[in-house]
Amino acid sequence: MIDQTGANPAALNQHNTAERLAKRAATLSRIRHYFSQQQVLEVETPLLGQYPVTDPQLDNIRVENPFAVTQADSNYLYLATSPEYSMKQLLSLGSGSIYQIAKAFRQDTPGRLHAMEFTMLEWYRMDYDMDALIDDVAGLILSLMPNTAVEKISYREAFIRYADVDPFTATSDELEFIARQTMDVSFTDQHKDVWLDLLLTHCVEKNLGQKGMTFLFDYPESQSALARLAVNPNGQTVAKRFELYINGIELANGYHELTDAAEQMRRFESDNQIRLQAGEPAREIDAGLVAALDRGLPNCAGVALGIDRLMLLL
Amino acid sequence: MGNYSTNEFKNGLKIIIEGDPCNIVDNEVVKPGKGQAFNRVRLKNLKTGRAWEKTFKSGESVEAADVMETSMEYLYCDDEFWYFMDPDTFDQVPASAAAIEDAKPFLKEQEKCTITLWNGAPLTVTLPNFVEIAVGETDPGLKGDTAQGATKPATLVTGAVVRVPLFIDKDEVLKIDTRTGEYVSRA
Repeated sequence: MIDQTGANPAALNQHNTAERLAKRAATLSRIRHYFSQQQVLEVETPLLGQYPVTDPQLDNIRVENPFAVTQADSNYLYLATSPEYSMKQLLSLGSGSIYQIAKAFRQDTPGRLHAMEFTMLEWYRMDYDMDALIDDVAGLILSLMPNTAVEKISYREAFIRYADVDPFTATSDELEFIARQTMDVSFTDQHKDVWLDLLLTHCVEKNLGQKGMTFLFDYPESQSALARLAVNPNGQTVAKRFELYINGIELANGYHELTDAAEQMRRFESDNQIRLQAGEPAREIDAGLVAALDRGLPNCAGVALGIDRLMLLL
Repeated sequence: MGNYSTNEFKNGLKIIIEGDPCNIVDNEVVKPGKGQAFNRVRLKNLKTGRAWEKTFKSGESVEAADVMETSMEYLYCDDEFWYFMDPDTFDQVPASAAAIEDAKPFLKEQEKCTITLWNGAPLTVTLPNFVEIAVGETDPGLKGDTAQGATKPATLVTGAVVRVPLFIDKDEVLKIDTRTGEYVSRA
């Protein structure tokens, strides 16, 4: 389970409690100092919402709505899996660059790097693209861990280097073949992304961030989530999305945010298609987010960083 | 026996992999930032003892193995099977040569063993950590020989050959550590 230093009394003991609480408080204070200097505004948004997330890989923790009276009332309220939707509403209302240190909740099997409740730092920078935001993330980490080396490697290059395959041109069958050569896999699957995820988590990730920070960027289009698309120097369509790794641990995930409302709605519909194919009910799309997209999301880049994982490294 | 979903995986759970009963030794959920979650599982095949790592897609369903451990007493063997009895119900089960292979050298009548049953049939027979067995055959004991570490072979009544100190005589009962197969002391 994630060592939620300071947040989880069960993870502490008499020997180091004061020291670790102090370290966490100092880290949060440095983070706030960094954003204050950068003139990024701290905000707070609701944790309890009316809508679940559509991302097919995420499940909300839901609570009963004690005030549901009419049929129109939702019987459940959902704890936010991230403050993303709420913060995008603020952006659409002209907030400018904002950040938030928020609790996030996910129906995830607890493990070494997963907890159902964790602390997330999420921020958005106006008129930044992916590269500018990567530099910003590196700047924040350097303010906490001075002299850390910074490496940037594209998703494609990392796969070629560590899994010996081009993730853009390889077929699902080819990726499956490579995976089965290196590990015992219990399943078969026709979705190329499953094999990409398997090779990423089992072969690639452990090599990332071994000398400091590694930014993995330019993801396949199929893994764009809420990132906008572009064309890489090889003429391949890529998602302007990145992740930060330190010591093989994924610490942050960022996008040059998609602002095209129609495209955004298509991705939500596609998320729901995946849910329906998996035999799960479709999810209602957050009305507040839809309104925000209608108003228009300004050109911005945004990123979420796991504070509990960061504390493991400090 | 039904199925287990990967979110029920935990250490000690018994599942069927390629027809063989296996024990989950370790289970780690591995998940990319956005995307498919996996269970990286360390398994031990209960028939062959082989341990290895296998990756499941989270949400997969795996056949459960009807495996249970019970304490039973060894009775006797015929040409084919070794018979064990439940001391409470007096039910008897026959164990195959493969199931008793590890226990065989130190298995004596009335010994209380831990039997791993798969679908009601013994899969493995595990002896207590320490057993007491008489010496069937050894060179005569040398009284007064105190040379440190000097040993000789002794054949136990169960058939195993162990190294014993020179002062041990035929018919003496010895305490044996079944995990190492070594002499511990006189019983």
